[in-house]
Amino acid sequence: MARETWLLFRHHLRVTLRQKAGVAFGMIQPLLFLVLFGPIFATIGTWETLVPGLMVQLALMSTGLAGFGVVFERSSGVLERMRVTPASRLALLLGRVLGNAVTMTVQALLLVAVGYAFGLRAPAAGLLAGLALVVVLGVSLAALSYAVALTIDENLFAPVMSTAVVPLVLLSGAFLPMSMAPGWLDALSRVSPFRYTLEALRDLFAGHYATGAVAAGAAVTAAFAVAGLAVGTKVFNRENA
Amino acid sequence: MIETLGLSKTFRNGAHAVRGVDIHVGQGEIVGFLGPNGAGKTTTMRMLTTLLRPTSGTAVVAGRDLLREPAEVRRRIGYVSQGGAVNPFTPLGEELELQAMLHGLTRDRARARVREVLAGLDLAGTRDAIGATLSGGRRRRFDIAFALLHEPALLFLDEPTTGLDPQSRANLWDHVRRLRAEHDVTVFLTTHYLDEADALCDRVLIIDHGLIVAEGAPAELKTGGRTLDDVFLDITGRSLREEAGHGA
Repeated sequence: MARETWLLFRHHLRVTLRQKAGVAFGMIQPLLFLVLFGPIFATIGTWETLVPGLMVQLALMSTGLAGFGVVFERSSGVLERMRVTPASRLALLLGRVLGNAVTMTVQALLLVAVGYAFGLRAPAAGLLAGLALVVVLGVSLAALSYAVALTIDENLFAPVMSTAVVPLVLLSGAFLPMSMAPGWLDALSRVSPFRYTLEALRDLFAGHYATGAVAAGAAVTAAFAVAGLAVGTKVFNRENA
Repeated sequence: MIETLGLSKTFRNGAHAVRGVDIHVGQGEIVGFLGPNGAGKTTTMRMLTTLLRPTSGTAVVAGRDLLREPAEVRRRIGYVSQGGAVNPFTPLGEELELQAMLHGLTRDRARARVREVLAGLDLAGTRDAIGATLSGGRRRRFDIAFALLHEPALLFLDEPTTGLDPQSRANLWDHVRRLRAEHDVTVFLTTHYLDEADALCDRVLIIDHGLIVAEGAPAELKTGGRTLDDVFLDITGRSLREEAGHGA
């Protein structure tokens, strides 16, 4: 399975890199929020609060919409062709998911680098731990995105996912901490796993490692990843002998 | 090569697409699987290629149990789907190599096989072609190339010549015949062109409403001076069929 995962990962990365304009826009887009919204936010908050929020937003908007690729592969018959090889269904999923995770990691690194230029000052250990958490989140989101793409009508994927992503970003507290929200909104956001990931990220970026928020965020993110991969594999495997 | 007993498929909406079919296909045969739209051809083929789980029945495909060893079945079969499998935007050589390696070939062996298969299908020199630039006939031959990389013993072709001009159809028939003659490949194909079945197949199976309703060599079925078209219409009737929504 590892070989098949590697083959597909490499293939998808190569296909991604070939689309140079797509790569350029993919790298620039997350920075727009940082550059155009960050300086305003910095007047009421800190870069250590904002950048983790933008990283969660990035995960949702980058890997959360990864299913677009498989919509095309399904309609062109490419996915079915691969499903008639002995490659495991988990490998067919993981190869794609890891490719998406690498793209998102590069975007996140760029975000942090530009954040540093603006005034972000997070400790290296917190940054690395935070990146690791976001990568795990990205893997689960990509797997779920593929599951959704293979389940619903292909014409519905874009409107459904783009509609879902915005409230999920807002409910995570990406732009303003949910502690500032009214009770009902605060309670609603606690249903979303992204809030826990984000609160852990903010603690890590602040250099606080042994906190309840970090433990809860790591646990929720790990559980979300297991669930995402399980659902994704089940959908890739569906209707097979 | 194919042995099924009571193979059935009922979809979640209750539609009985295939109702207990028994199929026997021997080594080296070219067998045509005919039927009106929605008769159960594609559903049967998708079950035999492990893409759809049967509701009941048993099947041994290429010497392996379909339900217990689906990965082993996939290792031994090639499948060309109705809609094709060419990525329109990626260099085809790259896609072919990936496909071969997903079948377990090493990189060197995959490269060699891509060259061999492309040459065998009159596609030499098109390794760097992009799918979107190909004619229908070439694209179909690339679909077949994808299915032959791992040297399968059994090839499934789902409506391989639909939409092709007469020259491309005749060319494809030649390739299918050569696969059997030179490599002893068994071929199980669906088609709506009964002249194709007549010209190409040793035997045909006719399925209607999910049941096999006739079986035999084209010459055996064409009794009383009838053509295969006449036989087909006599057996399945002349009323128009609606396409089944689940791709039966």
